[in-house]
Amino acid sequence: MILSKLAGRPVLLAAGLVVALVLPWFVYPPVALDIVCWALFAAAVDLLLGFTGLLSFGHAAFWGGSAYATGLIALHSGLPFPVAVLGGAAFAAALAVPIGFLSVRLRGIYFAMVTLAFAQMVYFIANQWRDATGGENGLQGIPRELFGVDLSDPFFFYYAALPFILVGLLVAWRIVRSPFGRVLMSIRDNPNRARALGYSIDRYKLLAFVLSAALSGLAGGLFTVGHGFASLQGVYWTTSGQAVMMVVLGGIGTLWGGAIGAALIVELNDYLATAGFEETGIITGAIFIVVVLLFRRGVWGTARDLIAARTSRARPAAENEDAKVEAPV
Amino acid sequence: MLQQAFNGLVGGAFYALLALGLAVIFGMLGVVNFAHGAFYMLGAFGSFVLLDSFGVNFWLALVIVPVVLGIAGVLLERLFIHRLAPLDPLYNFLFTFGLALILQDLVKRKYGVQSQPYPRPSALDGSIDLGLFTYPTYQVFVLAVSVLVCGAVWVVLTRTRVGMIVRAATERPELSRALGIDVARWVTPVFGFGIALAAFAGVLAAPMRAVNPLMGSDLIITVFAVVVIGGLGSVFGSVAAGFAVGLVSALGNYYVPSLSQTLVFILMAAVLLWRPAGLFGREEAL
Repeated sequence: MILSKLAGRPVLLAAGLVVALVLPWFVYPPVALDIVCWALFAAAVDLLLGFTGLLSFGHAAFWGGSAYATGLIALHSGLPFPVAVLGGAAFAAALAVPIGFLSVRLRGIYFAMVTLAFAQMVYFIANQWRDATGGENGLQGIPRELFGVDLSDPFFFYYAALPFILVGLLVAWRIVRSPFGRVLMSIRDNPNRARALGYSIDRYKLLAFVLSAALSGLAGGLFTVGHGFASLQGVYWTTSGQAVMMVVLGGIGTLWGGAIGAALIVELNDYLATAGFEETGIITGAIFIVVVLLFRRGVWGTARDLIAARTSRARPAAENEDAKVEAPV
Repeated sequence: MLQQAFNGLVGGAFYALLALGLAVIFGMLGVVNFAHGAFYMLGAFGSFVLLDSFGVNFWLALVIVPVVLGIAGVLLERLFIHRLAPLDPLYNFLFTFGLALILQDLVKRKYGVQSQPYPRPSALDGSIDLGLFTYPTYQVFVLAVSVLVCGAVWVVLTRTRVGMIVRAATERPELSRALGIDVARWVTPVFGFGIALAAFAGVLAAPMRAVNPLMGSDLIITVFAVVVIGGLGSVFGSVAAGFAVGLVSALGNYYVPSLSQTLVFILMAAVLLWRPAGLFGREEAL
């Protein structure tokens, strides 16, 4: 697996780190923050989709649920934003326990529909419980400061938030590379064999679900503090769809591909919004359909395959395993 | 209270029609059609455009719109769904999700988000005395028509040869294939029929509900919960769950208004705990 080695190589990691560090110099800082938050969200969704074989269409519940929890902590406790964000992530993880418990027993399309339905339940609760969530108005004026340092400038907040994003991505990467991650992949590839080997597959899937929810919550909390408000949009099902879209666009099962997908979709939406084109679904939906029909490996997955093809031509039959890219879904 | 129950059944009529279409499409093609709500919305907009631009009345729209959208469904199946069929079913789910986004935003771009007016057909204006209470004639009509349509589909499915084949292919595709039924031949018309049903529900909804681009996307998630409750592969279960969910959410709205919208999802969670395959589903379908 030359390329996954390559991806793990310090060179590529350093390149990614440099891009993350200089991003707000080249991209409008609030947009840069959106990109990294969505990148972490996409990685969390890919942890389930690409590595466990579970398509969750309900992750808006964790991203948006954490947005409200983070916002409430920050508004009412006066604690610094990292505490609020971690509290939001913990809330998302707690929310994922009952939802995951009921969902992981189902497979494939059933799992997708049920997670979607539970997320919609969270949406209705957020909409109805006006005293806590502000209903249609959402939560506004969420403070952005750290021990007296004012971070309301998006440029500075980006650098305050980045360490959390990077730690989140590192956690996702560590999970995938751990023995635990190997078990997840074996469940994805052959659940019956995994069960026969003695793994309690539902418990593994539930744990993966909760970890993924926590990372989604971390991303959603940072996004909320960065924007200073939490809204119903965050818990709506289109948010779940957007995250899945980024993963598929970047490449399922690549973990880093989601970051590319996030960058492309956030940039595109920003460009369209600036141009006064509000119906972004026409364009993003069309791109998504083309990817599903023609480039199922996504941008990063396709690039990886191309490089792999080239390296194996240069050194014929070097490592046949190269061809075996992780089976999507 | 009785009136609430009636409201519930009328609401359930829409769930039942949509769930019925979803169930036959799922059974036959293994596709969960995310765009089902979008076709419901297009059905309502179709009748609005026919009336607004061409002066075509409700009764004609009730025939034209489902036929046109049904044909669109057939083309959709032939051109795209078919191609994705050999892959993991999730790809078709994702494909129809993208399609739903496009359809919804195209209509939004043309007509904006505000609701379009659609008058009730004059023959159905006013209300009927049902003995215990009076009720709008149109709502009674919707309930009657949807019961009739679901009943007709039921009769076709259980009493005719075509129905037998479709039912066999829907509920046990592999076995049917093994018994020499050409399942592939029935796939396209069934998909078109399911879409036509969604469009039909949309036309029925136009005089009663707000005709706007988002009407389908809000409804579809509830319909997903309905088919999960009924059992995804089961045609009967989907229809029964449609009416039952309508009833439960209307009564819930009466007793605990704040819970009304989440009630269906609570119901779904309860059913999943008890029977993961849904009330009328088969365990092996999981």
